[in-house]
Amino acid sequence: MALKWQTREKAVEIIVTSVGFLSVIVLLLIGFFLFKEAFYIFYKAGVLKVLFGTAWYPTYEPPSFGMFPLIMGTVAVTVLTAIMAIPLGLATAVYIAEIAHYKVKEILKPLVEMLASFPSVVLGFFGMVVIAPILSSWLSPIISERLPELLRSTNLPFVSTTLADMCYDKLFIASGLNISTAALMLSVRAIPIISSIAEDALTAVPRTYREASYSLGASKWETIWRVVIPSSVSGLSVAVILGIGTIIGETMIVLMVAGGAAVIPLWIFDPARPMPSAIAAEMAEAPYQSLHYHALFGVGAILFLITFLLSLISDFVSRKYRAIRIGEKI
Amino acid sequence: MVENKNIFEIRDFNIYYVDFKAVSNITLDIEAYRITAIIGPSGCGKSTLLRSLNRMNDLITTSRVEGKVFFKGIDIYHRDTDVIELRKRVGMVFQKPNPFPSSVYENVAYGPRIRGINKKSLLDEIVENALIRADLWKEVKDKVHESGMSLSGGQMQRLCIARSLAQEPEVLLFDEPTSALDPISTANIENLLQELQKTITIVIVTHNMQQAARISNYTAFMYLGELIEFGDTDTIFVNPHHKLTEEYITGRFG
Repeated sequence: MALKWQTREKAVEIIVTSVGFLSVIVLLLIGFFLFKEAFYIFYKAGVLKVLFGTAWYPTYEPPSFGMFPLIMGTVAVTVLTAIMAIPLGLATAVYIAEIAHYKVKEILKPLVEMLASFPSVVLGFFGMVVIAPILSSWLSPIISERLPELLRSTNLPFVSTTLADMCYDKLFIASGLNISTAALMLSVRAIPIISSIAEDALTAVPRTYREASYSLGASKWETIWRVVIPSSVSGLSVAVILGIGTIIGETMIVLMVAGGAAVIPLWIFDPARPMPSAIAAEMAEAPYQSLHYHALFGVGAILFLITFLLSLISDFVSRKYRAIRIGEKI
Repeated sequence: MVENKNIFEIRDFNIYYVDFKAVSNITLDIEAYRITAIIGPSGCGKSTLLRSLNRMNDLITTSRVEGKVFFKGIDIYHRDTDVIELRKRVGMVFQKPNPFPSSVYENVAYGPRIRGINKKSLLDEIVENALIRADLWKEVKDKVHESGMSLSGGQMQRLCIARSLAQEPEVLLFDEPTSALDPISTANIENLLQELQKTITIVIVTHNMQQAARISNYTAFMYLGELIEFGDTDTIFVNPHHKLTEEYITGRFG
């Protein structure tokens, strides 16, 4: 005899609910495990010493677990990447959504979305074997030797002396594996993410806003700048925040091209060891349940908190602007 | 030179969407400082014709026109005509109120700002005047910095009218401006249009025949893209020459 339809409905509901809960529970358990394992290092070595200690020597005797160089490594590559990727990503989105002819858009939009799924290990590899050598053996001689020579030959005050010396000192690229190369490759990773989300946000701006603007005698550029972009600020911020979140968590690229030195980077051509690369490089060698093992979980916990904070901010931003749009408050 | 009382002169005008002819061979004069209503059943091309008067049709990339439209003697579809200038002089109010998602003040100040006016005192004056002309000032004077989206439907539509008026247009085109509004808001807008008519020319597309009869001086009846009859509103509604017009206004189709 066939089951009663109510029973079947109920069964489907239970199955779907438990599958939904399963993934959430697994994630919560991983989070719990992460913090449980991380707790020990903060307890043992002291929160401030771990967060602001400047020496990351996990295998020395006695070991030192100052994570500040790793945190600053992540901050440095993230800031450098953001400077490049945010303007370029948003500009790409504006071009695709507002300016491109619809035939160009038809090709460009899927292409950009495809780039977003480019394997990061390939980007890392490309950075390592192509970009890094170009930087150190082609760009470096030009900007740190020929440029100062050129400046010296001008015989201008300041330019021929101080500026030339500065170029000579600062623009020398000792190794192509540094935070600039990493930021360059991370930008390739982040731009398609930012631009595809931002493009959706721009496209979602109602046609009626554009019509209103044009009917008042606004040009295309004025309409984009004063109506379309302000109305999609929430979506654009979410695009930027998610893009940055991806950069912070990105592991392969920084592992391969950031240089790996656990020192605080002070200049754009310094190497660094961002947090994800430290975990990836060291976890296999850290003895189970050792202090080093717990320290790496500590790094992971900080990383998690940062990305979690970013998604909270993006959620807050999109809620706030949605409220304005429907006229709740301003 | 003879004073020309027609602000628009439409001559043998056709509009196509790809291969579909939406507006067919229309010749029509629109008199200045009068309300001209365009009526007709859905899909007759009346909105398309209206939107061609300030070239809003340009936004639809598949549309193309034949024939000529003169605005004060200027051929608006000529290659050298400044569309932006045209739209400043010929404004448009849409079917669904479409304020920007910003404050009442910013909505009205938008037009002046893109004209390059940034002086606070001047903007304040323009915004207040436009809101007074749109009969909205009394209701919003204490909340000009609140979101335009928080107003009622009728107020939003008057806000959109105020926004257009801030550009000091010579003509305002209305595309079924009351079809999304309740009867009281509709009456307010109709009174407003009759008040505005003293200073600007109005062309209104409407589904509502009573509305056309109540407020317009001239009425054009369109059917399947063609202009069937045009004349004094009284003549059109009391003594139409064309059988189709009579059938439409008496409600036999539409």
